[in-house]
Amino acid sequence: MSVLAVAGTAAPKAAPPVEDERRRSRVPYLLLLPGIAWLAVFFVVPMIALGSQSLQEGSIEDGYTLTWNWQTYTEALSQYWTQFLRAFWYAALATLFALLISYPLAYTIAFKAGRWRNVWLVLVIAPFFTSFLIRTIAWKTILADNGVVAEVMRGLGLLNWTDDRLLSTGPAVVAGLTYNFLPFMTLPIYAALERMDRRVVEAAHDLYASPFTAFRKVTVPLSMPGVVAGTLLTFIPAAGDYINQRLLGSSQNNVIGSVIDTQFIRVGDYPTAAALSFVLMISIVALVVVYVRRAGTEELV
Amino acid sequence: MASTRTVDSGAGGHLRLAGVTKRFGEFVAVDTLDLTVPQGSFFALLGPSGCGKTTTLRMVAGLERPSSGSIHLGEDDITLRRPHQRPVNTVFQSYALFPHLDIGENIAFGLRRRGVARQEVKAKVADMLRLVQLEGMERRRPGQLSGGQQQRVALARAIVNRPQVLLLDEPLGALDLKLRRQMQLELKRIQTEVGLTFVHVTHDQEEAMTMADTIAVMNDGRIEQVGTPGELYDSPATTFVANFLGQSNLIRGTVTRADGDQVLLDVYGVAVAMPAARSRASAADAYVGVRPEKIRLVRAEGAVAADGENELTGVVTDVSFVGVSTQYLVRTPWGQELTVFAQNIGVDDRVRTGDDVRLRWVAAHTFALDATVPIDAGADVDDEAEAPVDARS
Amino acid sequence: MLGRAVRWAREHVVVFAAAAAVAYMFLPIVVVAVLSFNQPSSRFNYTWSEFTWDNWANPCAVPAVCESVFTSIQIAALATIVSTVLGTLIALALVRYRFRGRSSTNVLIFMPMATPEVVMGASLLALFVNMSLPLGFTTILVAHIMFCISFVVVTVKARIATLDPAIEQAAMDLYATPAQTFARVTLPLIMPGIVAAAMLAFALSFDDFIITNFAAGTGQTVTFPMYVWGAAQRGLPPQVNVIGTLMFLVALVVVLAPRFLRRRGSLVGAVPVAR
Repeated sequence: MSVLAVAGTAAPKAAPPVEDERRRSRVPYLLLLPGIAWLAVFFVVPMIALGSQSLQEGSIEDGYTLTWNWQTYTEALSQYWTQFLRAFWYAALATLFALLISYPLAYTIAFKAGRWRNVWLVLVIAPFFTSFLIRTIAWKTILADNGVVAEVMRGLGLLNWTDDRLLSTGPAVVAGLTYNFLPFMTLPIYAALERMDRRVVEAAHDLYASPFTAFRKVTVPLSMPGVVAGTLLTFIPAAGDYINQRLLGSSQNNVIGSVIDTQFIRVGDYPTAAALSFVLMISIVALVVVYVRRAGTEELV
Repeated sequence: MASTRTVDSGAGGHLRLAGVTKRFGEFVAVDTLDLTVPQGSFFALLGPSGCGKTTTLRMVAGLERPSSGSIHLGEDDITLRRPHQRPVNTVFQSYALFPHLDIGENIAFGLRRRGVARQEVKAKVADMLRLVQLEGMERRRPGQLSGGQQQRVALARAIVNRPQVLLLDEPLGALDLKLRRQMQLELKRIQTEVGLTFVHVTHDQEEAMTMADTIAVMNDGRIEQVGTPGELYDSPATTFVANFLGQSNLIRGTVTRADGDQVLLDVYGVAVAMPAARSRASAADAYVGVRPEKIRLVRAEGAVAADGENELTGVVTDVSFVGVSTQYLVRTPWGQELTVFAQNIGVDDRVRTGDDVRLRWVAAHTFALDATVPIDAGADVDDEAEAPVDARS
Repeated sequence: MLGRAVRWAREHVVVFAAAAAVAYMFLPIVVVAVLSFNQPSSRFNYTWSEFTWDNWANPCAVPAVCESVFTSIQIAALATIVSTVLGTLIALALVRYRFRGRSSTNVLIFMPMATPEVVMGASLLALFVNMSLPLGFTTILVAHIMFCISFVVVTVKARIATLDPAIEQAAMDLYATPAQTFARVTLPLIMPGIVAAAMLAFALSFDDFIITNFAAGTGQTVTFPMYVWGAAQRGLPPQVNVIGTLMFLVALVVVLAPRFLRRRGSLVGAVPVAR
């Protein structure tokens, strides 16, 4: 087996540089085209239209014209700022309660479930196969004034500050919101905990940490990406939700989502409704950006 | 253009890379590579990680496009051909078995794509399973096999297509030591039996030397040297090869006389002689090299050096008993520590730390290298198994 | 003895909390199921009066209920098919290719998931009105496809990302053209992700209310959630509970079936691992 020399072997002249790269790179655009086009037409365009609508003046009968009327924003905000705050407040409370309820659940499934893990997961997701409206209406039954829950709470004196009612109150709305978003909070936290390397916790124990300290200083920080994802998946829809408020609350607890719906469908004041929508969207985005940056996780999608 | 649908690699030819370069943005992974792999040989591409060997392999497979240069298989120019159009198959480092197909279907995959008749497919798959000693496992899934078994399936899946060149991308990396040794011999046996051209990429120099007929040592996208394991080991062409393959003692020297059969060098005042044919020094400054196992350690008061032997003096600074051999570190008068491996053949020499010794070796075992490259090139490169981390690197 | 019991309780307090949470989650379902057997004494099926099989015997006694379910199923099926195809294509592009505008595409995919439904619904209604489109089945379908795409992309992307790219390279190395590689290797391996995405899209579409309400406008089309919402004001027939319970059972079967099938299949084909 002779060794042929490295350099100096008679070699054919070098082939021209590759042309194919450019041709190949068209494929992703073709793949993207239909879906992105759909989103562009039915999401981006309407959003822009909505933005433009918020700066228009007129009425349904006479038609609308774009007058860059920023007044609409200030008027709408001054009129409805309580509903905004209430929506965010309810959403924040619901997120907090959902977190408190979901974390032990996620922890159990990740660390203590063993072979039964899949059963637990199905149990977590299963209730939410039923229509969410039907479930929320069921809460009307559960929290009814003459129901068990209300009786007990009245007896304990917990309902003194809500006119002895449970239904048609703020707490009922928060209860409904919390309930509806539990799986959205549980599953991301579970996913983050499940991915964690258990040996890190063992190392903490080896380094003199009590179980609670190990939990606090090791497990919780490592589960943060899941917590962040879960809180976002809960807060964002909850802030705009009005189903819970309409079914379980009363006109005293109006939230901004409800106002927007009314303005669009019943009152027909499109510019105001559009302005409120945009403020809602932008404030949510702003809160999310601030929150994500503080929580320090990079990828959300 | 020759058909790529041939079932057997009858006609073939050498694999030739000419001026092949691969750039990733600013970074040059492979730099003007010229290489010829003789047909039917077991060829190894050896080098540390990041040296461009895997990139070169992928360009031969068609999974990367060269930025410039050409690749020929015999008369065929395959530079621009898509992977599925080349009579080349790859055994991947992660095996890349199809998890949704059973072993039989995995092996048959290439045959089916090329339209081989069903009966023939069945026969060939059975042949392959016998070759890699996995008979009866056609219905199993990859997930049910051990690492070693998966590796053999990956091999069978590639070989069954009788490619003109079989590429192996560090296929033994994930196996434990004993299994790796076993598979090294297996691969060599299979290659001899089927007679295909194997191009094996590895960073393990022992593996390359065990298995390959010819080795190309790569570093930083370039080829340092091509040769048989013996040639590379005994006559390294660069400091990188000298340090990467086994260990070398490299000492600075100056050429004093270079006419005739012998070259004389001055090494810190000592005269060293060597055959002219073994010297690759192009200028007056050179590195004088000798392998540790070629050196005999003799007590200072011992007999005089014979004719044809070179000799240096030093003080022993470390003695390590390693079972097969004893490794000595000897400090020379100019402060360099040289390594000596002495085979433990039962001669009771009792050389201890602090002793004055003479280092003797046959002049013909000397080699000399160009001094333009750093003297420690290739010395502490990522040999995952043993190399201690050097404070300088 | 008491000490041991206390310690056991403390170790398992987390599990108790978790079990309580699950019980809490099932509470409304139980209420819904129980009330489906109710003969309501008023227009609203909120409180228990007496037991009856009638509702289950005649789930379509109120025709509007079954019609709306059928409409919802039709829309969900179509929306699932279209959004799954479009979303899968996008996911493939995002994971397997590098191209300019990749991060903007990611943002565009993310935005519908982060936008309140009220806003999306309202803006779509405005668009449809401006384009003078008749509001109804088609507009609802269009809206559903729109918001399902993002979820499909995220789900399928996650699955594709777990695929070793070397496997597709191995297929090409073994003479499979890009089309054959996709059909015989890529697609089968990402199919679980596609199926999961389709199921998610179906569920999202079937259960959606807010956007649907806007997109339906004042048209004739009524989906099941729309019917329930209206019924909540007018009068809730117990058949709604029947449908609700049925939905739960069907979905439960769909989720659990693959697990049971796989277990049976693996018993048939199981071979001990040689060593």
